[in-house]
Amino acid sequence: MFDSSAKPKARHVLLSPMLLNTLSVLLLVALILLSLSLGVADFSWQGLWQALTQQSVSNDLQLLLVSRLPRTLAIILTGASLAVAGMILQVVLKNRFVDPSMVGATQSAGLGLLLVSLYLPTSSLFSKMLIATLCAIAGMVLFMRLIKHLPATDILMVPLVGIVFGGIIEAVTTFIAYETESLQMLSVWRFGDFSTILAGRYELLYVTGALALVAYFLADKLTIVGLGEAIAINLGVNQRLMTWFVILTVAMISAVVVVTVGAIPFVGLVVPNIISRLMGDSLRRCLPAVALFGSSLVLLCDVIGRSIRYPFEVPVATVFGVIGAAIFLWMLLRKPRKPKSRKLEINPSAQA
Amino acid sequence: MPKSSSNNKDCAGSQFVSSNSQTSKHPLTTHPVQLRINPGLVFSKPVWLALLTLLVSCVLFMTLQANGNWDFVLPFRGQKLAALMIVGYCIGVSTLLFQSLTHNPILTPALLGFDSLYILIQSLLVFFLGAVNMFTSQPLLKFGIEVALMVAASLFLFRLLFNRTEHSLSRLILVGIIFGVLFRSLSNLVARLINPEDFVVIQAASFAQFNITNVHMMWLSLAICLVSAWLIWRWRFQVDVLMLGRSDAIVLGIDYQGLTLRLLVVISVLVATATAFVGPIVFLGLLVCALTNRISHSMYHSERIVLVSLVSMITLVLGQTLFERVLGMAGVLSVVIELLGGMVFIGLILKQYRKQVA
Repeated sequence: MFDSSAKPKARHVLLSPMLLNTLSVLLLVALILLSLSLGVADFSWQGLWQALTQQSVSNDLQLLLVSRLPRTLAIILTGASLAVAGMILQVVLKNRFVDPSMVGATQSAGLGLLLVSLYLPTSSLFSKMLIATLCAIAGMVLFMRLIKHLPATDILMVPLVGIVFGGIIEAVTTFIAYETESLQMLSVWRFGDFSTILAGRYELLYVTGALALVAYFLADKLTIVGLGEAIAINLGVNQRLMTWFVILTVAMISAVVVVTVGAIPFVGLVVPNIISRLMGDSLRRCLPAVALFGSSLVLLCDVIGRSIRYPFEVPVATVFGVIGAAIFLWMLLRKPRKPKSRKLEINPSAQA
Repeated sequence: MPKSSSNNKDCAGSQFVSSNSQTSKHPLTTHPVQLRINPGLVFSKPVWLALLTLLVSCVLFMTLQANGNWDFVLPFRGQKLAALMIVGYCIGVSTLLFQSLTHNPILTPALLGFDSLYILIQSLLVFFLGAVNMFTSQPLLKFGIEVALMVAASLFLFRLLFNRTEHSLSRLILVGIIFGVLFRSLSNLVARLINPEDFVVIQAASFAQFNITNVHMMWLSLAICLVSAWLIWRWRFQVDVLMLGRSDAIVLGIDYQGLTLRLLVVISVLVATATAFVGPIVFLGLLVCALTNRISHSMYHSERIVLVSLVSMITLVLGQTLFERVLGMAGVLSVVIELLGGMVFIGLILKQYRKQVA
């Protein structure tokens, strides 16, 4: 007979956010220290300590402030903002298999950047970013028009069409680059690479950090938007405004990352999915964990890229392409977990 | 077989949603007397038209803007022409067979990552053995080993992808695309880890370029094409029956497992040949097969195999002539094919799903 006190557990245990965030922070700090010490130029912690305490002249402080610290900060900002962008995109599109590079945002930003570099080469970094953002917005709007015709039941159709759509835009970009002899310039943005980050070149990334923070404050409203139009109207959330905010945020984050670093695929896809498996779907609870885990993962890949062929570097996008694709494949090919509750109900010994 | 004769040009498998059954003008509706199509018919009107167009394209390719230097131009362009035609045949026929095998007008071997697999195998060989190794003096042996590895790997991939209980098309294509991305990323990673001298060898192979000059490869590829054409011609009626679906085919006496295996081996050998020759082109097969499905009168393979080879050759030869001579933009053909093919792909998917929802 059914025993009302032996309630079956409907889901597996969700990890407490405190625990996960603490672990992530510890991991991040360890990786930061590793990243700061890894590099081709001579750098020693003792020299740094001497420079700070005894004010003696040494290269270590200079190296830290100009190259190592900016690079590490840039990686953290990129990883966090790309992961957050992916998460909010997934919530708004109600599809957990999308990513900024799979809705045409990254590729359109690349196209915009190419056009700006060809026709307005003397414009500042800021205006380049603006034009790339506008192109990314245009690309995303076009993509969302396209997927309106797809049935909502087949969720894998959206990333599929997105990837092909991105491929088409990439083909157009390659065509233009080929005709104007700028293929080499294009390859700089195709492969996300942190090796050229110095102080003074990465400050634009703070914009993405700010956007991710704004997304955190709007997290509850975004979750409501993700529940559907009827519920959003019922609860008084302006769905159009929120969707436009998400489009703007994702476009700007993609544009800034492409302009500063280059394209890094799959970050926004893989990180939110891993965190969702551990922590559930509530945005407000997950976003800090997503940001932390995103930074740690990208930092880890960068450290791997720097150490595989020391002293040469492998770009982050290549390493993350392999790891991200492998994780994505695992996500697609794993068998869905059976609910554990069945065992408790048919267990003959659990009788009152 | 009433089902097949009343159905139309796309594959008559039961899992298909026929995309142009009611809306487009099908020859059967405009020629009501033609109630029975001869399954062995090869030279239908589209085939004649295609043959004519191909001849014209070849002539144009060889003679346009030649400036009279015939001793040089004819052998030089003749080699390129032969290469284009071999590649066209390989890609067109492999994609068509793959679509018949998987009962689906949207899947192609390239979409499932088969050609990136070839690049990866090449990169790994260079990584482990170095570019100047025992195979440099025997490129044919190297090619043979690469093809063997590729056949083994594609059989494994095929088994992984197709032996599942739920046949969700989008999951399949997505998994295939991500496999392609994984192989390409791995190739990039390997490319970064090897010497620059060795890298040149891989770089030449990973870009789709339509001007190649390796004569030995040409003869080997020609031999492969002829052998595969003979084999496919022998099996053409069996593949027709294969298109009815797994259970119907077995009931009608086809050795389903054996035929699938043999077709897969032929497909992977053809894909390997095409990729070894010119590099990976993802959407050419899809483009060409979609076109063939539109213009062919019946879905029997006697006609469609011939037609797809002709259409594919025309695409490449005419396209290359157009871009090289008329528009003055050489080397861009592969990019334009990717563009057009991507748009055709999205159009096909949207059309199929609109029919399902409507």
